[in-house]
Amino acid sequence: MEQAPSGLKLFGSWASSYTHRVQLALKLKGLDFEYMEEDLNNKSPSLLLYNPVYKKVPVLLHLDRPIVESVIILQYIDETWTDRPIMPADPYERAVARFWCYFADDKLGPAVGAVFGLAGEDQKAAVAHVHENLKLIETELREGAFKGRRFFGGDKIGILDIVLGCGSYWLAVFDEVMEVKLVDPEAFPLFHAWLRDFEEQEEVKEIIPAIDRLLEYARGIRQMMLSLKDTPTAAAPAATTTTTTTTTTTTNDNSNVAVESGSSV
Amino acid sequence: MVSGGEVKLFGMWASPAVRRVEWALKLKGIKYEYVEEDISNKSGALVQYNPINKQVPVLLHNGKPIVESLVILEYIDEVWKHHPILPKDPYERAMARFWAAYSEDKVALMCRDAVRRVFFAEGGERAKAIECLEETLRALDGELEGKEFFGGENIGFSDLVLGWMAFWLGVSEEVASFEVLDPKKFPWFTSWIDNFLQVPAIKENLPPRDKTVAFFHGYRRLHLAAPNC
Repeated sequence: MEQAPSGLKLFGSWASSYTHRVQLALKLKGLDFEYMEEDLNNKSPSLLLYNPVYKKVPVLLHLDRPIVESVIILQYIDETWTDRPIMPADPYERAVARFWCYFADDKLGPAVGAVFGLAGEDQKAAVAHVHENLKLIETELREGAFKGRRFFGGDKIGILDIVLGCGSYWLAVFDEVMEVKLVDPEAFPLFHAWLRDFEEQEEVKEIIPAIDRLLEYARGIRQMMLSLKDTPTAAAPAATTTTTTTTTTTTNDNSNVAVESGSSV
Repeated sequence: MVSGGEVKLFGMWASPAVRRVEWALKLKGIKYEYVEEDISNKSGALVQYNPINKQVPVLLHNGKPIVESLVILEYIDEVWKHHPILPKDPYERAMARFWAAYSEDKVALMCRDAVRRVFFAEGGERAKAIECLEETLRALDGELEGKEFFGGENIGFSDLVLGWMAFWLGVSEEVASFEVLDPKKFPWFTSWIDNFLQVPAIKENLPPRDKTVAFFHGYRRLHLAAPNC
């Protein structure tokens, strides 16, 4: 297969929200790319070659040089192709966007993943935790950094829309598969409205897989996870996208605040 | 000294995340006011400026707060453009950000674990923690091959983010009685430590070693009392 004119190749997985982030950014920028679907249970030698440290998707190859970690990839794309920017221009706005990208990956993502892996009272507590995190975002939309905006990026989708949006569709999927209510439109009206708006965007519709595919996928993983619950390692199987690992990471604090680290696979 | 509005840093003397922000400020010659926070009794100001994490460091620039040390570093670099921390080339920037993320995801985690686990003193668990740490040192050693700093000839973003290892890893070794910094195994990394600590902005901006060791001894004791934190 000939290499796309832009010299871009993306290794990804169809159900990975981290992969979707990169696909969406490339689409918004109007960039061609070659796509390689990875079987996460049987990773290709190329993937392992290009991402030896984390061995995860997505990996973007540009002119034969790999870039890994979705938020790093997004910034790379934005800095290399400067039309239709996804990062704000102002340094303070950029800091705010970066902070909430961290929040999405270090706090909200793992919280959502935790709901997926639990049942009963534990799950209820995990749902409450997701609500706490959504409340923080809702507050910023209502009266804080994002007050009055259609998208986090302003009139157009920006990096934070991409990061939060690709992944938030899982909320509806999880709501159905596990009969929980993660995004309550009454509790989080602005977030809910933003998410609907985001999902209606042409580019987004072209990226996000059909809901029944996602539902089937989620149901399958959920079954597997619940059946594994009694084994010593209740770690999520390789194919899951928003699952938590059992690690904790310290972020910028000498005091003991454990923050779960979510990971794509 | 460069000024560019009022700059204030909320910090804690033993925190590596805070130091890396101070190193950046010092490298760029930015004038700032430092506010020491008592972590066990956080000030109203800290909670006001960082209600989500309630953590240090918090940088206040003209009254606007920026939190998360990596976010702060990029902010500083974008506002005060002289003596750049991040490279210009997008690919090199991506690499610098990668090693910064690696520092925070893998290495800091491993080190904390190693320090914490030592008192559970089961040979197997402790050995595993140390093995993980060595794996990361191997990766870092490989990245440094042929270079004085992660940033090349001069220190850059990755150096500042990974800089905690030049000082705090040694402290951890002492506190938790283990040894990983072997010059034979990790020649480039151990050289980097020396190079990094010689940079004036770094050298003149490190916490006192004994005090830091004592602090982390206490920190570890706290964790033994509450091992699931």
